[in-house]
Amino acid sequence: MIFGVDVASMLLGGVAAGMVLFIVSVGLSLTMGLMGFVNLAHGGFAMLGGYVIVQAMNHWGMGFAVALVLGFVITAAVSVVLERLLYSRLYRAAELDQVLLTVGLVFVMIASVTLLLGPENQPLRLPLALQGQIDLGIVKYRTYSIVLIATGLLLAAGLWLAFERTQIGAQIRAAVDNRRMAESLGINIARLFTITFAAGSGLAALGGGLGAEFLGLDPQYPLKYLVYFLIVVAVGGLGRVTGVFYAALLIGVLDFVLKKYLPQGGTAFIYGFTILLLLWRPQGLFGGQAR
Amino acid sequence: MTTPPEAPRDATAPLLETRRLCRNFGALAAARDIDFRMYAGARHALIGPNGAGKTTFVNLLSGRIRPSAGRVLLKGTDITRVAQAERVKLGIARTFQINQLFRGLTVLENVYLAVAERLGAAPSMLRPAGRRRDVVEESMHLLDTLKLADDAGHRVSELPYGRQRLVELAVTLGLTPQVLLLDEPAAGVPSAESHIILAAIAALPRHIAVLIIDHDMDLVFRFAERITVMVGGTVFASGSPREIGADPDVRAVYLGQAHRG
Amino acid sequence: MTPAPPSGVLNRPAALVLAGRHRIRLWETVPWTLAIALYVAFPKYLAFGTELLITILFALSLDLVLGYAGIVTLGHAAFFGAGAYTVGILAKQGLWSEPITGLLLAAAMAAAVGLGSGLVLLRTRGLTLLMLTLCTMALLEEAANLAHVYTGGFDGLDSVPITPLFGRFEFNPLYPTTQYLYVLAVLFACFAFVRTLVYSPFGQSLTGIRENLLRMRAVGAPVRTRLVLCYTLSAAIAGIAGGIWAQANAYVNLGTLGLDRAATVLIILALGGHGRLYGAFIGAAAYMSLSHFLSKVYPTGWQLGLGLLLVVIALFANNGILGVVETLAHTLRRRRTGTPASPPGLR
Repeated sequence: MIFGVDVASMLLGGVAAGMVLFIVSVGLSLTMGLMGFVNLAHGGFAMLGGYVIVQAMNHWGMGFAVALVLGFVITAAVSVVLERLLYSRLYRAAELDQVLLTVGLVFVMIASVTLLLGPENQPLRLPLALQGQIDLGIVKYRTYSIVLIATGLLLAAGLWLAFERTQIGAQIRAAVDNRRMAESLGINIARLFTITFAAGSGLAALGGGLGAEFLGLDPQYPLKYLVYFLIVVAVGGLGRVTGVFYAALLIGVLDFVLKKYLPQGGTAFIYGFTILLLLWRPQGLFGGQAR
Repeated sequence: MTTPPEAPRDATAPLLETRRLCRNFGALAAARDIDFRMYAGARHALIGPNGAGKTTFVNLLSGRIRPSAGRVLLKGTDITRVAQAERVKLGIARTFQINQLFRGLTVLENVYLAVAERLGAAPSMLRPAGRRRDVVEESMHLLDTLKLADDAGHRVSELPYGRQRLVELAVTLGLTPQVLLLDEPAAGVPSAESHIILAAIAALPRHIAVLIIDHDMDLVFRFAERITVMVGGTVFASGSPREIGADPDVRAVYLGQAHRG
Repeated sequence: MTPAPPSGVLNRPAALVLAGRHRIRLWETVPWTLAIALYVAFPKYLAFGTELLITILFALSLDLVLGYAGIVTLGHAAFFGAGAYTVGILAKQGLWSEPITGLLLAAAMAAAVGLGSGLVLLRTRGLTLLMLTLCTMALLEEAANLAHVYTGGFDGLDSVPITPLFGRFEFNPLYPTTQYLYVLAVLFACFAFVRTLVYSPFGQSLTGIRENLLRMRAVGAPVRTRLVLCYTLSAAIAGIAGGIWAQANAYVNLGTLGLDRAATVLIILALGGHGRLYGAFIGAAAYMSLSHFLSKVYPTGWQLGLGLLLVVIALFANNGILGVVETLAHTLRRRRTGTPASPPGLR
């Protein structure tokens, strides 16, 4: 194989992984940026959504696209319930309390899933159309990677439009920048947050399903990848969609490249990189004022 | 509109001074070219409409924020680069517009923390805090002076807001400052309790230079020997209470606010 | 010399309360009495007891930064592991295996890690700081994994040789009598230090930093220096806990540096009550007792129950068991005497 092609297909894998990271993490970034709420259970929503999607496809005979929509909707609904019942009580609480709540929630999620469906990895059978490779003559690319990248770009574009062109997007941006000011302008922060939380959790569900193929899907998913999601969010800057996008791509590509060329120290490199970056810019690459 | 020339008291150098002090927040100029002088023993008031930049100015003086340009001098020494905690050691202390106290601690413990820092007792790790007699004695005496002694053992959160404001003053006095910056000392205090604040301010040691920000014109005109008016981030007028009270431009700036001239 | 003001001031009630705050109360002897009782009455549970005492020590170190200084960290196991690996590597490499001095070395190493990371991390606050503590610990874990030549990698170091205590008392893994008393003595010494620290002016200033950072700056306190110092001391004690864990178990592995251990100690402290010296004791005892009986029998059920408990604590009892006890005592006192004033807290 030509060297350039090898690199290209590796980069492709990395970009695809980055897209999945983006889709899962964007909700977390908005939650932390908008409310300053430490939601360590975010990975749990990705897992729940992933499980719904896999169940829908494997046992309820639904197609991939339909399953994705179902996963989004159900997870978003569950998240709204949890937000109204639990999360909203701790918006002004101490950081430690938020950590305890969300750690407790993620334990409940993991245990529930294990009790209901067992601890094994849930295999996701991709629809035939998405399997295999796209043959462009000289090079072949994994079809699914292309699909992931396209999906990620579409979602990113959609989110960007939503934030830049809709009123609610403007409100969210304002509230992320300066919540008190936004409140005094009459923006209903509580409603805004419920909407953002639901959308973010739904997106996480999508990411969980889309990424199940290479990230796996088992009850330990939320804790296994917690640090990665947090890194993407912190590096990108809280509450910044563009920030999360670039950070996710960066981490995705870095991870793939390091796995190939530095299989032993790859993860350590990413941790070290994050530490140095956050020390230089505590607000992340694209973040506003440091929190 | 003319600003009366600065007439130094006893021809001594100013204690606290700023020269062309500026602070920008992005496009907003919160402080523009402020020249300001305060002398030992001063009773100086800073007034102006909302948003004039008075609290920003106090933040610049106390070191909580850095200026974009200009200098701050204490007794002739440039302290522009000096951090907040250091300025406290040099003798500049301030109270906040909204009480900043240790609400879960008792009144005595609140003042203790300030006195302990000043006396250098705070880094001590091996002796019990309550056994540092020097700190405890001084704290209790300060509470006596401000008539807070009866509340010494009560948590700050249990006190009525007016008395909490007094504790705020006590904590700051525990630092034995030479310059005392009071940011709206009577703010939030119900009018029934405000006289205790006023009495405490009137009884402040004479050698301290005191700068008060306030909107209560009664308080300002009773307390101040010198008044500076700030508008739009810059000094609008400065002079004795009579001069300021008689100045028609100042009255225009306060259009709609009724007060004694 | 300062001129002596009338000394009557020190006899005022508030001053007397402050002066007597640090005095040892009778009930404070209970944990130690119970510990000795366990040794005498339940020799079969000494292994559990040893693990419990070590956990208390670790939780105590976390309370110093979390409960008193207010630093929320998910990476405290970094120091536990640093201490454990110091003892383990030195002993396995044949360089040093005396227990007591080994602990001092573990403390020194952990303190160095604490000082280094504290100087750098404590420039940040809140979410960023939390992230950074996680990353630092994860980085150390990866580094330990990479240096598997020294650390044994994923398998860890086992059969770590520890010379007998004072040359006479052997550490026997089957009959951990020596271990238990050794750990108890070390815990007592460390606790005495932490207790003294908490009641000192330094400890008082940490409380001030936690309660109102802005005000502490405004009274001239060198906040970052205090926090770094506190963080370093806490790291040293966590290192002692890790080192003694390695000695008692003759074993070190990556779990000493893992998120699991860091999260568990945080949960323990929250359960018992942070910022209250004995929260570590109660939390560790409660957690480990429950875990010992439930987690092996119904591991998933244990996780579910623990999760629900955490949710309840976060929402309704964020000061843990001791917080609940305090509130109950306070309510009872008020009902009995009808006084409106609140009692001085345990803090």
